[in-house]
Amino acid sequence: MIVKETMEEHGTEQEGSKFTLETKKLGVYYGDKQVVHDVDLKIKKNTVTAFIGPSGCGKSTVLRTLNRMNDYIEIFRKEGEILLDGQDIYDKHVHVEELRQEIGMVFQKPNPFPKSIYENVVYGLKIQGNTNKSDLDEVVERTLQQANLWDEVKDDLKKSALALSGGQQQRLCIARTLAVEPSVLLMDEPASALDPISTAKLEELILQLKEKYTIVIVTHNMQQASRISDKTAFYYLGELVEYDKTKNIFTNPKEERTQNYITGRFG
Amino acid sequence: MYQIDQEINHIKDSVLDMMVMVRKQIERSKEALLTNNKDITEQIIAKEKKVNAIDLKIDSDCEKVLALMSPVADDLRFLIAVLNINTFLERIGDNAESIANFINEFDEAVNNNVIKKLQLEEMFDFCLEMFDVISEAFDEEDTDLAAKVFKKDKAVDEVNNAAIARVSELIRSDINNTENYLKYLSVIRKLERVGDLVKNVAEETVFYVDAKVLKHKKKKKLKIIERDK
Repeated sequence: MIVKETMEEHGTEQEGSKFTLETKKLGVYYGDKQVVHDVDLKIKKNTVTAFIGPSGCGKSTVLRTLNRMNDYIEIFRKEGEILLDGQDIYDKHVHVEELRQEIGMVFQKPNPFPKSIYENVVYGLKIQGNTNKSDLDEVVERTLQQANLWDEVKDDLKKSALALSGGQQQRLCIARTLAVEPSVLLMDEPASALDPISTAKLEELILQLKEKYTIVIVTHNMQQASRISDKTAFYYLGELVEYDKTKNIFTNPKEERTQNYITGRFG
Repeated sequence: MYQIDQEINHIKDSVLDMMVMVRKQIERSKEALLTNNKDITEQIIAKEKKVNAIDLKIDSDCEKVLALMSPVADDLRFLIAVLNINTFLERIGDNAESIANFINEFDEAVNNNVIKKLQLEEMFDFCLEMFDVISEAFDEEDTDLAAKVFKKDKAVDEVNNAAIARVSELIRSDINNTENYLKYLSVIRKLERVGDLVKNVAEETVFYVDAKVLKHKKKKKLKIIERDK
């Protein structure tokens, strides 16, 4: 709710929405080239939404635009709106750092800091100025439990995070993201570097996290999308071709391009 | 052609072969009944083993595609439909065998007047027509054609519904032949079941092609019947 509070402070808050995340006619340009066209999404609270599509279709670009990761790209420009609980996240009063606290991101490759497991989890909180040890201890245990990692590392919290397996590192990164209490989790192919067992654990975790968070995940694994998501968005050449309940997309897609893609008959 | 297309085309051909074979079983049971030919009934009983073997092969082919190719969308619907259709066709084969067994048990030569009174020949013909329609509909993925089966099944049901009164009348007038009349009634019951199973094949065809579930939805089917009038 940080974004909403900021807007209220400036008197620019808008009416709430029944959707946690919403894009309206979202277009993205890199220089003169338009890479995303008129994307309309309505994402409900406590759901998992999967973005699928071939490489270069714009799904990661849309995902990264949802927490303004593209702001650092000089030639990036967007049109249309992105709303978080009804508030425009590109409003001039919104602080990007605060926005990313509320909309966390988990990347394709686990990226723990070369620090202990404990320090990785509390990193964001310390930057915010929270140094109360009992508070931090509580957050470490809670978030590692939420990330299904606590039982595996509780006796080794001072161990380097880099000594963990890939799957454990990815769950640690999720715990690190949860520590700053976001409401939305964005995941960019979070299981692509993991073995099947770690992938299964991660998928189970995503389904558990859905009870508290709203999750948007980019995946190339269509079985993964069908297993864990409530809704699926299929992108092609920067266009949102079809956006529907996952069951409908995988049993009775309306668009021929979706049908061809998910059945492997593309190109 | 994609690998999955090859597999699905192969399965589709097998289902069409199965339809032809099972239809032939019903056609032969009609011939056996009308001519009281026990050689034909033995052929039907022998052929039933072949029907069962194809049933197992189609199941196994579907399992292979499901396990190895992760089918979705219309591929998935096709396989789910075929697994059901295959079971329905196998059961039709069982019914043809049962009819053959009843014919073998008739004490005396069939009575053509009785067959006429009970509309048995028409009932067989309705079922065979339903087979022709559904085979073409499945092959051509034509759901409008598949829907015509629902109307024909109603005709089969009407003969079946009239059968109790007709057989009762026959028994009252000729009580010594009660057992035979009851066997005729049993044949009618088997054919009514065949009609239902062909109708089930039509429902699965609609599910596969249009992703519409008609199972247990009488109103929807009635609408289709009304539309075709």
